[in-house]
Amino acid sequence: MSVLEIKNLAYVAGNKKILDDFSLTIEASEVHALLGTNGTGKSTLAYLIMGCEGYRLTSGKIVFDGKAINNLNIHERAQLGITMAWQEPVRFEGITVRNYLTFKNKEADPSFYLEMVGLHTELYLHRMVDKSLSGGERKRIELASILALNPRLAILDEPDSGIDMLSTQDIINVINVFKKNGSSVLLITHREEIALIADNASQMCWGKIVCSGNPERVAEYYKSRKCLICDGEVCVYV
Amino acid sequence: MSELEELMKAFGEAGGDKGILANEEIAHLVASGHKILSARDIEGLEFDAKETLTGISAKVTVKEGIEIKNPVHLCFGILHKKGTQRIKMDVKLEKDASAHFIAHCIFPNAEKIRHVMDAVVEIGENAEMKYSETHYHGLYGGIEVVPKAVVKVRKNGKYSTDFNLTHGRVGKLEIDYSVEAGENAVTELIARVFGHANDNIKIKEEILLQGENARGLIKTRVALEDEATAEITGITEGNAPGARGHVDCMEIVKDKAIAQAIPIVKVTNSLAKVTHEAAIGSVDKKQLETLMAHGLSPEEAVDIIVKGLLR
Repeated sequence: MSVLEIKNLAYVAGNKKILDDFSLTIEASEVHALLGTNGTGKSTLAYLIMGCEGYRLTSGKIVFDGKAINNLNIHERAQLGITMAWQEPVRFEGITVRNYLTFKNKEADPSFYLEMVGLHTELYLHRMVDKSLSGGERKRIELASILALNPRLAILDEPDSGIDMLSTQDIINVINVFKKNGSSVLLITHREEIALIADNASQMCWGKIVCSGNPERVAEYYKSRKCLICDGEVCVYV
Repeated sequence: MSELEELMKAFGEAGGDKGILANEEIAHLVASGHKILSARDIEGLEFDAKETLTGISAKVTVKEGIEIKNPVHLCFGILHKKGTQRIKMDVKLEKDASAHFIAHCIFPNAEKIRHVMDAVVEIGENAEMKYSETHYHGLYGGIEVVPKAVVKVRKNGKYSTDFNLTHGRVGKLEIDYSVEAGENAVTELIARVFGHANDNIKIKEEILLQGENARGLIKTRVALEDEATAEITGITEGNAPGARGHVDCMEIVKDKAIAQAIPIVKVTNSLAKVTHEAAIGSVDKKQLETLMAHGLSPEEAVDIIVKGLLR
């Protein structure tokens, strides 16, 4: 059964078409990798699915568990089981890692989820989720918090990006926990080796899906691209 | 119920540990209005407290080389709806001494109260003083609190304050602290205040880095809602080689509240450095969305962000 269905989605910001006739389906417990260079609209798609402020579809439909969610706010979508790990997670003053991991799920064992992302409980549980954490530490804690929510759909926006990036093995470990818990994952990345751990993959270019299916095939297709940054004009596929 | 019992009841209700009075290893001074209700000094720490016409005058001395292990508790308050309390404090930590003072200022029924604190503090060479001050002003907002402190931190001394007024109304608050830091001295002034209704908050804190390699931090966190107003002035001067100072002010504003931050940084020695940062605005959108993506309602998310800021 489909968890997420995106039907003919278009999103225009100002005069610029960011997403155009975009359709994608993610099944229950499926890990779907979304590959694309910078500027193809991957993060915009994530914000539209999550319902972030200022991101409303120009046309099309987003259906979650059979229900159209276009008009729901971010927390209403989250309460249905959608959540998201931002590419650059924000920091908070005065909030401990323990609190951060248990805001919504009071029963969650924060130590368990910290270990899942490779952080030692005794070193991190009482630290603040503030600027004292490195970029990599903050990303790991964000992933731990998403795991602790046990979502129906987790959107992971480039968990592998940044100076202090997570290794491929780190991400595989996290994805395996999502899979074990029956969560679906939309894994946004521009690294083909990360896409290989998914069940299915799609490649985005200029706001559209240009290739979809087996991750190996999509990764090969992606590797053969001519463009490094999507400028919406010069591309081998369009 | 005696006045002491009543004050300690209010103290307990404000989150304090009433057991401190019975503990003979803990020094304390408890005053209600113009009366001293209870006082205990311990070895190495002397209290010389007197009642005055308008309040209390106290001289506190921590003797040379003495480390006071348990925090010293100061409890000041007025239980009546109206009144004035003027506290005069003269605190001295002699060379190599150290102590942590916790001040509880309790005015649970304040409708027309004025509480004034005038403190002169001297931190001796290598001495260390930590001063935590928590206020509870009740729910009426009919109080004016004016704490003033002039502090001198001598060579290698350490002085830190942590002022908290985050529960109940503020009323009118006018803090005025000035610290002069000597060679290698370290000063940290932290204040956290949550203003509601028509509360009026003025905080002026100043660190003068006079000695070589002196260090100073002024950190202020204020949240405002309704029609509350705040004016936060953080002044740091670097007047000696190697002096380093930083002013950090963050204010979250909701509803019709008005916030102002005035960081003043001045350097008179080319080898000194003073920096500042100030952020005023509504709740950070990305913080809000992150918590909402965790399933929290907008109200729950704002509450968590504000509480975190004031923690």
